[in-house]
Amino acid sequence: MEIIISNADDRPIYEQIYKQIKKYIMSGKLCEGDALPSIRSLAKDLRISVITTKRAYDELEKDGYINTVASKGCYVAAKNKSIIREQYLTQIETHLREAAELAQMIGLSEDEVIKIFKTLKEEEYI
Amino acid sequence: MNAVELNNISKTYKDFSLSNLSLNVPTGSIVGLVGENGAGKSTTIKLIMNVISPDAGTIKVFGKPNNTDDFISARDDIGVVLDESYFPEIISASNVDVIMKNTYRNWNSQQYLSYIQKFSLPLKKPFRDFSRGMKMKLAIAVAMSHAPKLLILDEATSGLDPMVRDEMLDIFNDFTRNEENSILISSHIVSDLEKICDYIAFIHQGRLVLCEEKDRLIQEYAIVKLTADKFESIPDQAVKSKKVTPYGVEALVKRSLISSSFRTEYTTLEDIILFLAKGDTNK
Repeated sequence: MEIIISNADDRPIYEQIYKQIKKYIMSGKLCEGDALPSIRSLAKDLRISVITTKRAYDELEKDGYINTVASKGCYVAAKNKSIIREQYLTQIETHLREAAELAQMIGLSEDEVIKIFKTLKEEEYI
Repeated sequence: MNAVELNNISKTYKDFSLSNLSLNVPTGSIVGLVGENGAGKSTTIKLIMNVISPDAGTIKVFGKPNNTDDFISARDDIGVVLDESYFPEIISASNVDVIMKNTYRNWNSQQYLSYIQKFSLPLKKPFRDFSRGMKMKLAIAVAMSHAPKLLILDEATSGLDPMVRDEMLDIFNDFTRNEENSILISSHIVSDLEKICDYIAFIHQGRLVLCEEKDRLIQEYAIVKLTADKFESIPDQAVKSKKVTPYGVEALVKRSLISSSFRTEYTTLEDIILFLAKGDTNK
């Protein structure tokens, strides 16, 4: 598992960790029952604060992505993937609808919208 | 649980006083102490080690008051590095090994010798011929080799070159992989503290100005550079400190209280500390 912490990123460090671990779980690179590095060793390896790492793990646990087993560690939680996928698809639809409406207002063609999407992807905003 | 607890400590000297200082070092964490020369950092460390006694307030180390007999044995679990190391001029690193074997209950010769090797220190050379960097390294090797649970480092990295400092920071960072181990470190080099600390305590003129989780501090504050007109539109309570020049205003602001349309600079801990120490707090 790779985690990149960037100072240029405006988001708090805990959020950067949260997002990246979540991405690993959602993409299936981390599966149910997989052990995550301990909070302390992740913090020390990334040279970041233990408190910040704990906050990231707490958020992941709160949102149901991981489970903490007392004195053993943190594991990827069992999750119904298809339900999560469904939730994401709904969110994507909502955002795309908004984007489509905005595009229509200024008369942007479908190709131009797709081009924006591609550029964004290239710039790794997504 | 706190490794060190200072409660409302006051200590007055003729020309300097430390007032109402309350500060904790939570077990397992690294707390960085920053402040200008003469701010009270070393006084604080001397108080913790019971070298001097406070006029008021209580100090606990590993949960026990530091002015009782218990503290004498507790000192075995504390590794201290001061900004100067004081070994007799004629002794060598291998002499130090013998002396410490008879001083510390938990002295680990093997670990000590591995640090000596790691730091490329000569075993036979007398201490008087050591460079400043070598002296600091020797002191750090001694502090790390008697299985301490608490490291107290007073300017321990000053006088070391950036590469060696980074190596030391790695060692300190690794030391707290064990959640029983804690560090209190003071330094002028704020960027060093930014690299390893969990908490930052800022002492200014004998008072604790702030003690905050480091990442939260960096997240909470930002520096904005604006024209005087635009600066007016920032609410007063958002501005912690500012610097006015003929060409504009630089200000330390609370991110959460300003509109997101303002462009904030990436702010280092050093920027924050400098602004808090020097900036004019009246808008």
